[in-house]
Amino acid sequence: MRETKYWTWHMFAGVIILILLGIHMITMHLSTLLGWFNPAGGDAIGWDNLLARATLFIYAVVYIVLLGAALYHGLYGFRTILFELGLKKGAQKFINILFIAAGICLFAFGTWAATKFYIIAQGA
Amino acid sequence: MAKKIHKETDIVFHIRRYNPELDSKPLWKKYTVHVEPGMTVLDGLHQIRETQDASLSLRYSCRMGVCGSCGMLLNGRPSLACNTQILDITTKVLTVASLPNFDIIKDLVPDLTPLFEKHISTSPHIVRNDADEMLNPTGEFYQTPEELTRYLQFTYCIKCGLCMSACPTLATDPEYIGSQALPQAYRYNVDTRDDGFNLRKKIVGSTHGVFRCHYAGECSNVCPKGVDPARAIQLMKRELVLDYLKLKKHRAKSHICSKPEGVERIPEIPEAPPFTVEQK
Repeated sequence: MRETKYWTWHMFAGVIILILLGIHMITMHLSTLLGWFNPAGGDAIGWDNLLARATLFIYAVVYIVLLGAALYHGLYGFRTILFELGLKKGAQKFINILFIAAGICLFAFGTWAATKFYIIAQGA
Repeated sequence: MAKKIHKETDIVFHIRRYNPELDSKPLWKKYTVHVEPGMTVLDGLHQIRETQDASLSLRYSCRMGVCGSCGMLLNGRPSLACNTQILDITTKVLTVASLPNFDIIKDLVPDLTPLFEKHISTSPHIVRNDADEMLNPTGEFYQTPEELTRYLQFTYCIKCGLCMSACPTLATDPEYIGSQALPQAYRYNVDTRDDGFNLRKKIVGSTHGVFRCHYAGECSNVCPKGVDPARAIQLMKRELVLDYLKLKKHRAKSHICSKPEGVERIPEIPEAPPFTVEQK
């Protein structure tokens, strides 16, 4: 059942990435048309727009959720590729532990960075 | 694809020969066979054995695409030698080799032991919770034609191993349960007479189970009986995910049709023969 659980969350992570990357694409590339998260108008990566987005709590949450989903989805996919190389049980266990540890570390670092960025933006 | 010809011609068979007890590696040998329209690859191989090289080993039985014994790699495609006509797939040269993803016993004979071991591991039979009814049946299990249709195509599997030899996942992961056994597990899981889902999910949902399938679809492409194993594997993934999320619908179980009462047996219909094994 462990593999079923991993696969189910892999699918959920894929859907989350699809939605959040969609929002990212719209924000960055359809700015002049829709103006999502670009209150100053014009260029999406202009300083005013950047600052406006950075002060939004929801945007910090989106960053963290996207990071978590992308890390899980990517690491699970990489693990699947490695497992197909016919690894022994010990090697599989090592990869599981390594990937969980790496995932948690990267997620913690990314969350810290996103939170710090949000706090700095509040004071700007 | 080469243009099909409809007259007698000579075809060169390139056959991969290998005897694990004598050879360090497989080697290719050429045989020229006089082919008539309608001749199957199995006919051609028989002709080689009878007129050119009696040491060539191959496995066959029914000669009509039912037993699944003569699976081999014909011009790079896993096929049954008995239901593949030579002139349908070549006009000059035909390469013949043992099925990939299986060890070779000798020449064109693959070792299908892993197929049967994996097949058995998925409990490919009706599993029921009511042991009393199984031991002392009171009637037959009723099943609608619609319920039968859900698994019917998967019952056509002849265990020839072509699907497994075409599977890219099995090529890299020999422990992958594979495109033969997994659809058979699905076949019983969706059978309304069966209660074995919880037993099978431990095997089919394991590290080498359904979630290793990339949906390349080659298993369905080469199946000589028109079974769609790739579909069964994807449906099995869905079943497992719904079960994990506790969203799996409760399936109505087959009820037992009691034996008819108040009717007389037609005299022409003989009684069932006595049990050959002593009943406990």
